[in-house]
Amino acid sequence: MPEIRLSKLTKRYGAVEVLHGIDLEMAANEFTVLVGPSGCGKSTTLRMIAGLETVSEGEIFIGGNPVSHLDPKDRGLAMVFQDYALYPHMDVAHNISFALRLQRRPKAEIEAKVREVADVVGLTEFLHRKPGALSGGQRQRVAMARALAKDSDIFLFDEPLSNLDAKLRGQMRAELAIMQQRVRKNMIYVTHDQVEAMTLADRIVVMHGGHIQQQGTPEALFKQPANRFVAGFLGSPPMNFLEAELVSENDRLFARGDGFSVAVPAGRSRSLKRTSGGVTLGIRPSDLNFEKDARDDEAIDLRVIVSEYVGAQSVLLCACGNGSVTVELKSETPIALGETLRFAIRAEGIHLFDRESTAAL
Amino acid sequence: MCGPLPPDNHRSGKPVTAQTFNRMTPYLFLAPAAITMAIALLYPLGYMVYGSFRDWDPSQNISETDFVGLKNYITLFFDPAFRESLSVTLIFAFTVVVAEMVIGVGLALLLDRNIRGISVLRTLFILPMMIAPVVVGLMWRYMYHPTVGTFNKTLKSLGFDGVDWLGQHALLSVIIADIWQWTPFILILALAALQSLPASAIEAARIDGATAWQQIWHIKLPLMMPVLVVTALLRLIDAFKVLEVILVMTEGGPGLSTEIVALRISRTATEFRELGTAAAMSNYLLILLLILTLAMFAIGRLQDARTARLARQVQEEEG
Repeated sequence: MPEIRLSKLTKRYGAVEVLHGIDLEMAANEFTVLVGPSGCGKSTTLRMIAGLETVSEGEIFIGGNPVSHLDPKDRGLAMVFQDYALYPHMDVAHNISFALRLQRRPKAEIEAKVREVADVVGLTEFLHRKPGALSGGQRQRVAMARALAKDSDIFLFDEPLSNLDAKLRGQMRAELAIMQQRVRKNMIYVTHDQVEAMTLADRIVVMHGGHIQQQGTPEALFKQPANRFVAGFLGSPPMNFLEAELVSENDRLFARGDGFSVAVPAGRSRSLKRTSGGVTLGIRPSDLNFEKDARDDEAIDLRVIVSEYVGAQSVLLCACGNGSVTVELKSETPIALGETLRFAIRAEGIHLFDRESTAAL
Repeated sequence: MCGPLPPDNHRSGKPVTAQTFNRMTPYLFLAPAAITMAIALLYPLGYMVYGSFRDWDPSQNISETDFVGLKNYITLFFDPAFRESLSVTLIFAFTVVVAEMVIGVGLALLLDRNIRGISVLRTLFILPMMIAPVVVGLMWRYMYHPTVGTFNKTLKSLGFDGVDWLGQHALLSVIIADIWQWTPFILILALAALQSLPASAIEAARIDGATAWQQIWHIKLPLMMPVLVVTALLRLIDAFKVLEVILVMTEGGPGLSTEIVALRISRTATEFRELGTAAAMSNYLLILLLILTLAMFAIGRLQDARTARLARQVQEEEG
């Protein structure tokens, strides 16, 4: 299974540049997820790899060979579309076998292949239905089966789950994860849903404004976000950001802002010594623990404004000076709105970003 | 009358409620159109059907005419001239519709892309349809003229013999003119159908390995088919009624070679002064068109029913 490499990949529509020279390497058999908000260029990148959009500048290499001049059909890939893109006038079996029939494969081989992939995705009893007579989830499976039947080396997914309802999406996400383990192939998956990205990816590529913000394993991106955008995009509920100043006192470094003063862990203060001026303090809700007796410099005092009950956990929206902070709390904890609570901050949960460049410090 | 609106409340003595008035409103709005339809369409139609059973000379008042039963219809059925004109009409209608479908859909497939100036090109292609039929007839008659016409002059300047367009090849010439005028109609509808096709299905076909031809053959044409069938039927209905262009170009000649039914009807009524026979002929044509129209509605119904059935099936499984 070939590796895929994007080199200075650029896309312009007229005078507007939407993709600014993307460099990316995807190893063989890797599940890569391109994630980002709407308009970040992730779908455009995928469609350029597929050959559905022309390349304005730069090159795409598949297995070392440049392919940007090739037709989609000559790139050896399969694709699952957001709206499934089934052929409405063909039944499920014909949808699945379309590519094979175009290749004029022997009839017996085609039938065997159709039965095999239909079995994988659980469509065997629907082979003679038209797409119009299938539910959303079943159509999604047909799209998946059609891609599988091609035996391509590369699978492209363009937001395949976003047209499904929430429950079905969770279920299909799990099935995809299983399929990913069974079918070891290059998969490139585009989504705006960070949960899909975190659960499915070997490697996440976070995109924003036509640039790659950061790439790496889900864990690396979650623990060491390269900048404020990546930190805020991954994780749910999202990371809290508070404006702060770095202040040195008694040889210790503090991030001090409106209503808090948090000690920066000793191991990190040395590299931060030279930084002066404004920073943004980032703390994930999961790194804040309700702890009445925590020390002043390892904790933050928050006034509860809204409590959202979501079952075992409640999400509290709190005020801290002028800023607002989200925390999670066990639902049975007795708290009152307006009450001020103390939360301890886990040392490794302190993220600092430069206020100007938004890069991690 | 000093009662509240509406004024027709004197019958029951009770004031008419606002509710009744509301219920009447749509019918009141419909009334003018319904009355116009009745006068302009149903009355002449009834008159024609009535007249087709009578021996009727234009100098007679219809009340003075004799009832002859189905005589007009039976005479026509065995009249070689009428049969000839019916067969000319059928050949004309089916030939032009097939040719127009092929050319129109073909052009639509070619024009369905984003290249510079495509909208100008599309407008140009649609122009012939906007010209009045009489003008089209005159234009082509001059172009087909044996000595000074555009075609023969061009042929002769290239060293070929002229073609006897409106003589020996009259029917073909008339068919070419009609194709020129009405292909744009198919083109517009086919283009609209093409542009409403699901873009991602075509992209999926490209990735599945379909060449441009295979995309057309396996994806685009099958998906356009419902629109194309209705378009062809619409065009067929229209082609059966064609009159002006042929009247201006050939007046049905030479002989009966281009005398389509509509032309024969008008000649029977004016030249042969047989209004009853002309009426019977019109009814034959009407029946033919009615069958085509019903077929068109039936196809529409069938498609709706199938969509509804599929939707029901999905709902039952999910519910």
